[in-house]
Amino acid sequence: MMSLPKYDMIVIGGSAGSIPVCISLLKALINNQHIPVVLVIHRMRNVVSQLDKLLTREAGSVKITEPEDKQAITKGKIYLAPQNYHLLFEEDYSFSLDYSDPVHYSRPSIDVSFESAGRAYGNRVLAILLSGANADGAEGLSYLSDIGADCIVQDPNSAQYPTMPSSAIALEKNIRIMTEVEMIAFLQEL
Amino acid sequence: MNNVIGLNPKPQLSTQAFEQLLHLLHHVYGYDFSGYSKASLLRRIYKFMDVQGVTDGQQLIQLLAGDTSVFHSFLETITVNVTEMFRDPGFYKSIREKVLPVLATYPQINIWHAGCSTGEEVFSLCILLHEAGLLHRTRIYATDINASYLEKARTGVLPMTHMREYTLNYLQSGCTGDFSDYYTALYDHVLIHREIRERVVFLQHNLVTDRSFNEFQLIICRNVMIYFNKQLQNKVLKLFHESLSSLGFIGLGMKESLLFSEYRSKYSVVDGAVKIFRKKS
Repeated sequence: MMSLPKYDMIVIGGSAGSIPVCISLLKALINNQHIPVVLVIHRMRNVVSQLDKLLTREAGSVKITEPEDKQAITKGKIYLAPQNYHLLFEEDYSFSLDYSDPVHYSRPSIDVSFESAGRAYGNRVLAILLSGANADGAEGLSYLSDIGADCIVQDPNSAQYPTMPSSAIALEKNIRIMTEVEMIAFLQEL
Repeated sequence: MNNVIGLNPKPQLSTQAFEQLLHLLHHVYGYDFSGYSKASLLRRIYKFMDVQGVTDGQQLIQLLAGDTSVFHSFLETITVNVTEMFRDPGFYKSIREKVLPVLATYPQINIWHAGCSTGEEVFSLCILLHEAGLLHRTRIYATDINASYLEKARTGVLPMTHMREYTLNYLQSGCTGDFSDYYTALYDHVLIHREIRERVVFLQHNLVTDRSFNEFQLIICRNVMIYFNKQLQNKVLKLFHESLSSLGFIGLGMKESLLFSEYRSKYSVVDGAVKIFRKKS
């Protein structure tokens, strides 16, 4: 008998140095058909980005897409936050895009998506914060932890750029710290 | 849970308080936000509450009910005015290459730029039209819900800070002139030249409540409808549909689409990557 998934949404945030780890995590989720996965990765603005195609190619099998405004969120699909917008979650489980000011110089901002995921999905969000060179994501992760959602950060010692995971750990004690290998094992169990 | 150090508790609005707030904004101030996307509207309300140091809905409602000036600063927070010149250069390149040659066949060109904010994208379009030799026979109606943004747009003055980025955008848009020919630097600001701006009329218009006011060969409405829910998006698309001439063009934001709307079948795709569509017959 199949057990029900513990999470309704997985949000993975990262910046500098996060793409190789992100690819490993996507590979670990290759058999996931029940939980939508959203990647929020900092990128340049006004420059054509092919990150969706790169991730699709590297992670194999599933096609990774950038959602359009008001697109319904489908279980088991992997979405990449589009360049130059914040990505928000509606209560009816669709995406909304937002073009307001960057947060931590970032749009998409990880803080914005983490908090919005928490407002829409409550404690049924799993949030993962990876390598990065600024503090985006820390506050959002802290909010998610406060409402009882599971939060994981990449072990700063194993991150190419430790500032992002370290900032989250400094702000919020109640989160799990894992190496890449541990995160892979954790996701394979879902 | 309550002993987080160094972080204020996030403000929270109950569904009931949210409904009360919408009612107040509609019936006291005449702004109907009921068709707005809840996720982004709430995000902005929370931001406003944070700044005002208000944590619960009743406090917010009292604050807004008692003071018109508070409402105006609320409105500034709620209506997003983030914009830039030649935002998404690929969009302008496509307008230049695929839309302007068709518009050139009309003796008089009418354009509606809906949700123009402080005018940066309108001036960009004017430069394209100028370079195509079409500006003198074009009338651009640039509208926004927020009167203070329009006031700013009418001055033609922009901060100098972003001009370097705008210059890069201009070049990526495939423009052929010298961007600096279109403005004069004044200390930390620039003034967009009058001959670039003189075909633009800035008007206050609310897409939610106001009607069509002319017929246009091109409507541009970028990153405005993302703040609306699907029902309101369809209502606004109906307004645009009725305002577009036969075979007229509509340009949206990079991640906005007619795909999820009722108007899907009434348009052909001119450039899917940058979201330019054309009304069928």
